[in-house]
Amino acid sequence: MKNWLNPRSTAGIALISVALVALPFVAASGGQAWVRILDFAILYVFLALGLNIVVGFAGLLDLGYIAFYAVGAYAWALLASPHFGLHWPVWAILPIGAGLACVAGVLLGSPTLKLRGDYLAIVTLGFGEIVRIFMNNLNAPVNITNGPQGITLIDPVAFGAFRLSGNSQFFGLTLSGPQKYYFLLVALAIVVIVINLRLQHSRIGRAWQAIREDEIAAKAVGIDTRNIKLLAFAMGASFGGIAGGIFAAMQGFVSPESFSLIESVMVLAMVVLGGMGHIPGVILGAVLLSILPEALRYGVGPLQTALFGKQLVDPESLRMLVFGLALVLVMRFRPAGLWPSPERRRELQETAR
Amino acid sequence: MSEVLLQADAVAKHFGGVRALRDVTLSIRRGEIYGLIGPNGAGKTTFFNCLTGLYVPDGGGFTFCGAPLVADAPQKAAARGIARTFQNIRLFGNMSALENVMVGRHVRTRAGVFGAMLRTAATRAEEAAIRQRAMELLHYVDIAERADDLAKNLSYGDQRRLEIARALATEPQLLCLDEPAAGMNATETAELRELIAGIRADGTTVLLIEHDVKLVMGLCDRVAVLDYGALVIEDVPAVVQKDQRVIEAYLGA
Amino acid sequence: MDIFLQQLINGLVQGSIYALVALGYTMVYGIMGLINFAHGEVVMIGTLLAISVAGGLLQAGWPVALAGPAGLAAAVLGCMALGWGLERVAYRPLRNAPRLTPLITAIGMSIVLQNLAMMVWGRNYLGFPALLPKAGFEVAGAHFTAVQVVIVVVSAATMAGLLALVYRTKLGMAMRATAQSPAVARLMGVDVDRVIAAAFVIGSALGALAGVMVGSYYEIAHYQMGFMLGLKAFTAAVLGGIGNLGGAMAGGVLLGIIEALGAGYIGDLTGGFLGSHYQDIFAFVVLIGVLMFKPSGLFGEKTGERA
Repeated sequence: MKNWLNPRSTAGIALISVALVALPFVAASGGQAWVRILDFAILYVFLALGLNIVVGFAGLLDLGYIAFYAVGAYAWALLASPHFGLHWPVWAILPIGAGLACVAGVLLGSPTLKLRGDYLAIVTLGFGEIVRIFMNNLNAPVNITNGPQGITLIDPVAFGAFRLSGNSQFFGLTLSGPQKYYFLLVALAIVVIVINLRLQHSRIGRAWQAIREDEIAAKAVGIDTRNIKLLAFAMGASFGGIAGGIFAAMQGFVSPESFSLIESVMVLAMVVLGGMGHIPGVILGAVLLSILPEALRYGVGPLQTALFGKQLVDPESLRMLVFGLALVLVMRFRPAGLWPSPERRRELQETAR
Repeated sequence: MSEVLLQADAVAKHFGGVRALRDVTLSIRRGEIYGLIGPNGAGKTTFFNCLTGLYVPDGGGFTFCGAPLVADAPQKAAARGIARTFQNIRLFGNMSALENVMVGRHVRTRAGVFGAMLRTAATRAEEAAIRQRAMELLHYVDIAERADDLAKNLSYGDQRRLEIARALATEPQLLCLDEPAAGMNATETAELRELIAGIRADGTTVLLIEHDVKLVMGLCDRVAVLDYGALVIEDVPAVVQKDQRVIEAYLGA
Repeated sequence: MDIFLQQLINGLVQGSIYALVALGYTMVYGIMGLINFAHGEVVMIGTLLAISVAGGLLQAGWPVALAGPAGLAAAVLGCMALGWGLERVAYRPLRNAPRLTPLITAIGMSIVLQNLAMMVWGRNYLGFPALLPKAGFEVAGAHFTAVQVVIVVVSAATMAGLLALVYRTKLGMAMRATAQSPAVARLMGVDVDRVIAAAFVIGSALGALAGVMVGSYYEIAHYQMGFMLGLKAFTAAVLGGIGNLGGAMAGGVLLGIIEALGAGYIGDLTGGFLGSHYQDIFAFVVLIGVLMFKPSGLFGEKTGERA
């Protein structure tokens, strides 16, 4: 890679910082909708890096990751909305959401982590569905989640009197709600990136890799594989919980619909498509897969009109069709992901011989 | 002689109707090189797997360092100070040689997730110590120049050495080697012999399963012979070599 | 008591359908270790094909006795071609890829098929033509229909046929050998590519049959119907021990019965706190419970029974 793009060089960091600061203002020129899309892209970066700890580092196939996101989102929604009349502050709810998600992760993980990879996948998938079904139905006889209607009028993130929703003035510059969330999300994403990087090259990170390589040998050198796996699971869940809280606050609304299996699949696809275990790859995967469907949403309809003079097929399904095809094609021609770590690419070339 | 390090008492293991170990009783003394030999299928590796927690024995048990060894999982055996290598080398192939040995330090180090995330002074110091100790061990087994190569790209002999280094990284009291000379040529075997002798000289007791009878007889202080899962004899090499039952077991009389 | 019998019958019918779909998952998984996420969509396309062909022929004035089999044949042949194509185009190039790569491909194909189906058949629910007589029977206070009887009988016969294929034919032996070790099977002269293709084709044919049954049973179909059905069927396959044909059948029937009984009794069991809309969680709760105590499924890992 060229030197100026290397994130470790000073010039690289400066360039990336400028781009990150400028981005929400550039996007705003296309309307606040684009800033919101950008916000979601970064939220997905955060989520995908959380899942990367589970799937990429510890090698555990988790298809129910979105359940932890849901736990965090509902924790926020219930503790900061008119639904129960509670309006707790962010510094209380976010840790509670993360903690609850973590507990859920440990409860699910401790009996199931001894299962073979694909069995774990279906168990986590089932867990995700259970959580969603409960959220859909816990409105009677006691109304806890308000069922399919979901919870509305959720408080935004606020630090004292400073709320992240609505416009604010900074040094004569007007910042919109989505733009303020953008900076919060970038800060959180940077934290999770640093954590990922540090974990990868630590005693725990090496133990994860050892388990992925050869579980019996890992046990033989004294690694308590179950606890180390559980650790990855719990950490991933906690990050999911934090992301869920921010999601609820940003949207002002949650309903079970946002936490269907396809969401889990989407986040997993981000990790795998980008390059499992390789942090820049996962970031790329998350950004691409969150922006691509939106770009298609705005691009597919007009493009059809331009080409054929009318709408031949429903743009919504065409958009998803293209998305599905993109997944298939990327896996066909870049089986290790778009941007795999150099070691993984080498591994693949050797086994393919 | 010196104190008993490992005592096996009537250890039994069966798979379905096959009695792989029939009440094997033997004792390994601290500081010796102890050989375990026997024809193919005699139960040597099964004994190893029971000792290192990969299998749970169906009867009997082990006493290690004067206390019962409840090793129903390999990581517990490793924590108690029993390290092993595998007959069919099991390295972490896509990690470097150095990282393989660093993983071996896991059980003797403490840094957790929070230390790693915050990169505290204690964590950094420990990490440096892990790396330094791992490098020393690579020097010790004489493959330091391959430290940054992926384990799977090492030559066969070097992989054997790396596996021994990784086992030594867990600071074992007892090092169990499962056919370390298998597939080695004469020169490599001679070098291995020197390495094992050195490990013992530096204070680690060695349990050696081996097919190469010459290596075992030349290197071991005492030898046990297994046949059909039962102990035939346990004595010094000179006695074992002349024992009629051992000769029969090997020649299949 | 009559509720019990009624729910048992309903569960058996639903379970037969799960079992047929589960066989498609388990054959592919047993042979190549892939969770073929797109299998549920294959079932859905089978149902919709049957609607188009049989419905169209009925409208053209064909008698039910001809239009029905024609619809079934179209569904089965169409799905066999689809299964073959999926394997050839999407999965075969990924044989040596990392483990998760074909999984993502399968998810991608699932999205593609679902949206293709929506473009062809639209967003609305479609009525399934009445191909089977609607006659009902009453036994010991429980009611059941000819459709239900046909579903159970045809499923049982199909599964018996599949077992005969796997254990009595040369192709079946090749499939079992490949499931044990593709590399060794290849050395013994087994055409592994052909075996894998056969697993997809057979699994898809069973899926199409199941699709026609689902359509006949609920008299309705929709482009999203494959998703939950596939998920439940896969759960059934894991419950029985994935890779194991008998396990998939038993798991499917068991799951159907548990769901039906659960839905019938959950209200009483929880004092009215949880209602029958929790039906969908039974599958997963039972699955998690079973795997905790039998980590390889109820009938998993017995050698010689994999295919």
